[in-house]
Amino acid sequence: MSTPALAESRTRDGDGPPLLELVDLVTAYRLRGGLGRSGAEVRAVAGVSLDVRAGETVGLVGESGCGKSTIARTIVGLVRPSSGQVLFEGRDLAALPARELRGLRQDIQLVFQDPYASLNPRMTIAALIKEAWRIHPGIVPRDRWDQEVRSLLDRVGLRPEHADRYPHQFSGGQRQRISIARALAVRPRLIICDEAVSALDVSVRAQILNLLDELRRDLGVAYLFISHDLGVVHHICDRVAVMYLGKIVEIGSKESVYLRPSHPYTQALLSAAPSLDDWRDGGRREIVLSGDVPSPLNPPSGCRFRTRCRLAQDRCRDEEPTLLDRGTGHPVACHFPETDPS
Amino acid sequence: MMPPKLDDPLPGRTGAIVRRLAGLPPRAHFALGMVLLFVVAGVLGPLLVPFDAAATSPPDRLLPPGTRLSDGAVAWLGTNQVGQDILAAVLAGMRTSLTVALVTVVVAGSVGLLMGLLAGYFGGWADGIISRLGDIQLAFPSLLLAILLAGVLGPSMLNVIIALAVTRWVIFARVVRGSALAVRDREFVDSARVMGASHGRILIHYILPSCLPPLLVAATVQIGLTMVAEASLSFLGLGVPPSQASWGSTIAQGRDYLASAWWIAAAPGAALALVVVSIGILGDLLRDASDPMTEL
Repeated sequence: MSTPALAESRTRDGDGPPLLELVDLVTAYRLRGGLGRSGAEVRAVAGVSLDVRAGETVGLVGESGCGKSTIARTIVGLVRPSSGQVLFEGRDLAALPARELRGLRQDIQLVFQDPYASLNPRMTIAALIKEAWRIHPGIVPRDRWDQEVRSLLDRVGLRPEHADRYPHQFSGGQRQRISIARALAVRPRLIICDEAVSALDVSVRAQILNLLDELRRDLGVAYLFISHDLGVVHHICDRVAVMYLGKIVEIGSKESVYLRPSHPYTQALLSAAPSLDDWRDGGRREIVLSGDVPSPLNPPSGCRFRTRCRLAQDRCRDEEPTLLDRGTGHPVACHFPETDPS
Repeated sequence: MMPPKLDDPLPGRTGAIVRRLAGLPPRAHFALGMVLLFVVAGVLGPLLVPFDAAATSPPDRLLPPGTRLSDGAVAWLGTNQVGQDILAAVLAGMRTSLTVALVTVVVAGSVGLLMGLLAGYFGGWADGIISRLGDIQLAFPSLLLAILLAGVLGPSMLNVIIALAVTRWVIFARVVRGSALAVRDREFVDSARVMGASHGRILIHYILPSCLPPLLVAATVQIGLTMVAEASLSFLGLGVPPSQASWGSTIAQGRDYLASAWWIAAAPGAALALVVVSIGILGDLLRDASDPMTEL
């Protein structure tokens, strides 16, 4: 129940280091090569800079395969970055000694897309949640574990008496609530939601989104909300970053990006989103992208989007556009951004 | 927001086990009964009908089954060429066979489990070394390797166990490695990593439980095969020392008398065949029961 002004001050305040900062992050996978030679390198994330401030929700949108999930996996340490930095409160995660890193792990939690695959089927809900406290002793004293499990389940809208059930006894939405409860158990300051509501049906999705919003208001957690669903991102986020083929092409406040999309890709995405939401005025034209996303193995020279862009010119082939505010109100990586979409 | 109504798996667990046992096919009842009978016979039999490898009784040589002996007892399975009761020899051999098979499978299974977990979970050079070592070893016929080892180490029960365990661990390691490989990149394992769980915790709480059912199936099958291998070694004189009974050495004793006193070789041979077939049936049933679709 915070006022918009308060939310504004919380997201914009302070010039101190942001909660999470990605600096020119590159994550590459090496493909399996043939006999005696190493395989080609796929740069799934090809230089991404992004920050998330305390209590803020940042949306990361893009098509499948654009590197959104790789960013999530890199931040939480499941994948090593090839170059660039992941800074949490100004501390480089790659440079930290292992013990401090383990401590920091509790500050960043990840909620996975598939609630059916992300909970250990052999552990009860209580055991799943308590495991967090076994790994990070000191958060909750052992004699209060049962009590705390009940209050967490209550917090995420599950019945506390179901603590002794197994994951398979719950529905998808309930399991996602369990995942959230498990993430909350370590009192994180940043939760990364990797397509966390994509596998849920629409009514359940809304419930989970409202739950996430509520948690942010009450606990002040920040979210990095990864999704391909523009409607969902519009619903929950303060700021939005649009990714294409491993790079951010446009980033800005929700209002700015949704009302004045400047990158041709963002425009195409927004025009393709089937939605009854309020950001679309009736008269916007449909932009249909031709062709497929190029292989990240061999991305186009210059601007990565030029092969599918309706505005592409020679300059787009020769020179890679940087992410800059080009009179568009927010940074955009395009040589010919539309400043005033008709 | 009512959760789906499902039976809780924990209460009434024994009841569920009894119900499942009753629903098994007849061959399962046969196999289970046979294995239980042999285990009981192996444990209790030698206490009732003691076998002394050094004791001979010349008047009772080569008597057919059911004959009354000079001391008044009945030799239900006949006697051998030095007048020893075949029933006592088979029962004592049962105990040897059981001991060797169980200890071998436990030892080889533990080593295989550890190696398989390391190879499957960590991959990389650990996997490279363990898998190549296994491949090299599997290139030799396992019995030949066992004969070599047993021959070098000399006849004793411990050496038989060592020789057989060395030839068996690879099979367990491969089974476990496969399971560990399949589960280590699952999302719920990633979720534990994100939580900050150590490798040890992930191995024990996440990887191990998925590896145990296939390991159990492999172990059951291997118990039968190890019994055959032990009998083979003893048949060749490389197994347990002559002071201990073994089906293999009893069969070897009967080899020269197949035409005149068939029961010497037939009794332990039939026992070996029955118990190995029964264990094989149980292994198959276990394999069916641990179908990956029903497992999770």
